[in-house]
Amino acid sequence: MTTKTLPDLVPDAELTLPRQAERKLPNGLTVIAIRRESVPLVEVRLRIPFGRAPLAAATLLSQSLFTGTATMTMLDIAAELQAVGGGLAAGTDPDRLQISGNALVDGLPRTLEILAGVLTGAAYPGEEVVTERERLVDNIQVALSQPAHLARVALLKRMYLTHPYAVQTPAPEDVRAVEPEALRELHADRVRPGGAVLVLVGDIDPEQAIDVAEKTLGGWTGEARDGDIPPTPALQPGPLLLVDRPGSVQSSLRIALPALTRTDPDYAALTLANLVFGGYFSSRWVENIREDKGYTYGSHSVVEHFVAGSALLAAADVATEVTGPSLLETSYELGRIASLPPGEEELEQARRYALGTLRLGMSTQAGLAGVASVYAGFGLRLEHLREHSAALAAATREQVAEVAARHLAPSRAVIVVLGDAEKIEGQLAALTVVERSAQ
Amino acid sequence: MASRIQIPATKYPVERFTLANGLRVVLSPDRSAPVVGVAVVYDVGIRSEPEGRTGFAHLFEHLMFQGSENLEKLAHFRHVQGAGGSFNGSTHLDYTDYFEVLPAGALERALFLEADRMRGPRLTEENLRNQVDVVKEEIRVNVLNRPYGGFPWLKLPPVMFRTFPNAHDGYGSFEDLESATVADAQGFFDRYYACGNAVLSVAGDFDVAEATAMIERHFGDVPARPAPVLPDFAEPDLDGERRESYVDRIAPLPAVAAGYRVPDPIGAFDAYLPFSVLAEVLTDGDASRLVERLVQRDRSVTNVGGYLGFMGDEYQVRNPTALLLQAHMPPGGDAGKVLSTIDEELDRLAADGLQPGELERTQARMGARLLQGTDEVLGRALPMAVLELQRGRPELLNELPKLISEVTAEQIVAAAATLRPERRATVEVKPGAGA
Repeated sequence: MTTKTLPDLVPDAELTLPRQAERKLPNGLTVIAIRRESVPLVEVRLRIPFGRAPLAAATLLSQSLFTGTATMTMLDIAAELQAVGGGLAAGTDPDRLQISGNALVDGLPRTLEILAGVLTGAAYPGEEVVTERERLVDNIQVALSQPAHLARVALLKRMYLTHPYAVQTPAPEDVRAVEPEALRELHADRVRPGGAVLVLVGDIDPEQAIDVAEKTLGGWTGEARDGDIPPTPALQPGPLLLVDRPGSVQSSLRIALPALTRTDPDYAALTLANLVFGGYFSSRWVENIREDKGYTYGSHSVVEHFVAGSALLAAADVATEVTGPSLLETSYELGRIASLPPGEEELEQARRYALGTLRLGMSTQAGLAGVASVYAGFGLRLEHLREHSAALAAATREQVAEVAARHLAPSRAVIVVLGDAEKIEGQLAALTVVERSAQ
Repeated sequence: MASRIQIPATKYPVERFTLANGLRVVLSPDRSAPVVGVAVVYDVGIRSEPEGRTGFAHLFEHLMFQGSENLEKLAHFRHVQGAGGSFNGSTHLDYTDYFEVLPAGALERALFLEADRMRGPRLTEENLRNQVDVVKEEIRVNVLNRPYGGFPWLKLPPVMFRTFPNAHDGYGSFEDLESATVADAQGFFDRYYACGNAVLSVAGDFDVAEATAMIERHFGDVPARPAPVLPDFAEPDLDGERRESYVDRIAPLPAVAAGYRVPDPIGAFDAYLPFSVLAEVLTDGDASRLVERLVQRDRSVTNVGGYLGFMGDEYQVRNPTALLLQAHMPPGGDAGKVLSTIDEELDRLAADGLQPGELERTQARMGARLLQGTDEVLGRALPMAVLELQRGRPELLNELPKLISEVTAEQIVAAAATLRPERRATVEVKPGAGA
C-alpha cells in the first residue's frame, strides 16, 4: 500500500468585504444595503427593538403581522409577495421583532411597498387573529412535548432567575388571553422605525436600493419607546437541576457557562477555547462522548449573544443508561480545557476553522444578510469581520488558556438534565449534588 | 395584479468528463466568492439495502467517516475543519452523498480525502460497534424521543408500498443494526462503492484545468470497478384507498399525511414536473389553496405542507415516488374530514381550473427558491452530482426555472385530477400524550 500525503492548503487571500452603503433615514430607520450579485435575488432583514414587550402579545403580534391591512387582506399580501417571487415572515426574540424574507430582485420595490403597508397599517383583523392565536397555542403545546424545548425552558429559568430573558416562550393561557386590540396597541407603541435596522443584500446597487427604501418606508414614523433590558445576572452555579420526563429514552444534558460579548478584547480567545472544548465536530467533547464512547449522536457548545449579555451553552442528548458517565466526561473535558493550554496544532486547527467559517458565512446573499443583520443588532458593521478575523489570527495559547480558566471551568457551570428521573437520578447523584425540578 | 414577472434562470457553467477508471466528474466554476463545494455521490441508498439489514445504507454512511487507507479515525473531520471547512453526508432512498464546503485554497485537500475513502474505508469491528451506538442515539433523538418522529417519511412508505425496498424503515431496527458485521460492511462497499457507481462534483472558485489535474492526481489511481446493475424498484399503483394510523405516545396533537403516486421522475419528467408545481399551488404560503381553505377558513389544521419525494428531494429521486400532503391538526382534529376537504379542493381545481395569476405567482416563488438554493456552492455541487448520476444531465439544474415557468394551467389541472382517494395512502398520528 502506497502512502499518500495530505496536500497543503493554499493560503487564503485577504478578506474582501462587498460594496455597501448605509443611510439613516429622517424617521430614524437605518438602512444598510450590500451588493452581492451572485443570483438575481434580494434578501431583506428588518430588526425592530422589542425588548420588554409583553411576551404573549409580542409573540402573537409576530404571527399576525401579515394578516391584513385596511387595503389588503391576508390573501392579497401573500399573493402579491408571491407574484414577485417574494415571501416575508416575522418572529421575535427577547430583544427584537425580526422580519425576514427575499424576492426576485426586480420585485424589491413591490416587496418594500407591501412591507411598508404592513408596518404602517397592520389591522389585526379579529377573525384572522383568532386563527393565528389558536395555531400559536397548538404550536406551543407541541413545543412543550419536545425534550429540547423543555430542557431549554428549564435552563433559561435557572440561568436568568427573575431577569426578562428567563422566560422566552409564552404560556398557552397567556396567549389565549390576548385580544386583537392589544396587538394594535402594542404595534402602535413599539413597531417604530427609531433604532430599527433594515438590511438589503443582493444583486442591487446599494445607493439605489436605499433610495427605494427611503421612498417606500419614509412614511413609517413615530417615536420608539425605550426597550432597554438590564444586564443579565452573573450565573450562579449550584446543584444540578434534574427535570423529570418519565419514559424518556435519552437524557438532555444542558450546561450554561459565562461568556463575553462580541466586542470584548478576549472574545476571540474565548471563541477558540469553546471550539477546542465542544464548539465543532473536531472538538474534544465530540471526539470523547461520540467518536470514542458512542454515548450520543451529537454534542455542541456555542456562545449565544443577546443584547443584555452573552452565555456559553453546551448541549448533548445521551442514552439514558450512560447519563452519569456522559456528565463525568463532560466535566472532565471542561476541567481539562480550564486547567491546561490547548495543544499547538489543536489550536491552529480551531483557528483555521473559525477563520474559514467566517468566509463561508459571507459567500451567499442569505449568509451575508444574516451576518450584517445580527451585527447591526449589536451596533456593529460588516467591518467587524475584519477586526474579529485579526483577533482570531492573533490569539495565543496563553490567552486561550487564560480565558478558558475564567469561563469554562466546571465549577462555573449551571447544569440542567432532563430525562427519566427514576433511571438517572442515582447516576447523577453519584457525581454531584442533584436537585429535582419543582414542576 | 402586477404584470407578469420574468423568472430568471442561472447560467452556471457545467464541464463533464469521465476518468479512465469510470468515475464521472462534473465541474461548475464560479469565481464570485473564494469558496468551493465538493460532493461525491454513490448510486446506492435505502432501497438497495438487503432484507434483514434495515438501516444499513445509513450505518455505512457513518463508517465512511471512520478512517481510510491513509487516514486515521477522526482525521477526516480534523482535516476538513482544520482547513476552515464543514462536511456532512446523508443517505437517501436512491443515493448516498458526502460533501464539504471549504475556503477555495482547500480544494485539493478535500479531493484527497474523498479519493482516499473511495479507495477503501477502515472497516473495523471497533468502529462498527461505535457507530452502531451513535446511530442508535441518532434514531432516539430524531424518532423515539421526539413527538412526530419519522412522520411521515418513515411512517407512510409501509402503507403505500408492498415490497421491501420501498416499504421498509430506512433508519433501521436496533436489532438489524446490532447484528451488522464487518463482513456485511465490506460486502456493501465492494458492491456499491465502486468508482464506476459514483459521481464527483466540484462547484465554486477554481480553475478548471487546475482542478482537472488535481482530480486526475487523486482519483486517477482508484482501481476501476464497474457499477452494479441498477435494480428496478417499480411497484403497481394502489388499487384502493389504504388508511392506517398509529399512536405516538409523546405527540400532543393529531396529524395526518397522504401520499399519491406520481409519474416516473426520470422516465416521464415532462409528466412529473407539473406535480411539483401543483404541490406548491396547494400549499405554498397563505395564498395557496389548502392553506387558505384548511388553515384560514375551516381552521381544521394548524399547518399543511405538500412536496414530492419522501425526503423532499424532488429532482433527486427515482421511480416510484409520491406527492405528499401532510397536516397537523388542533386538539380533537378529524383526519377523515381533512382528507375529504382536500378531495373537495382537488375536485374544485380539476373542475374550475386556476385563478388568474395563481400559476404565475407560484412559479415566481419557485424560481426565487431555486435561485436561493443555487447561491450556495453546495446547492450546486450536490444536485449537479445527483442529476449526473441519475440522468447524465447536471445542467438540468440551470434549466429548472425555465421548465417550471413553462408548466401550463392545463397540466396542473390534469395532475390534480389524478389525485383520487382510491389512489391514496394515508397515515394518521393519534396523540398519546394528554392533549
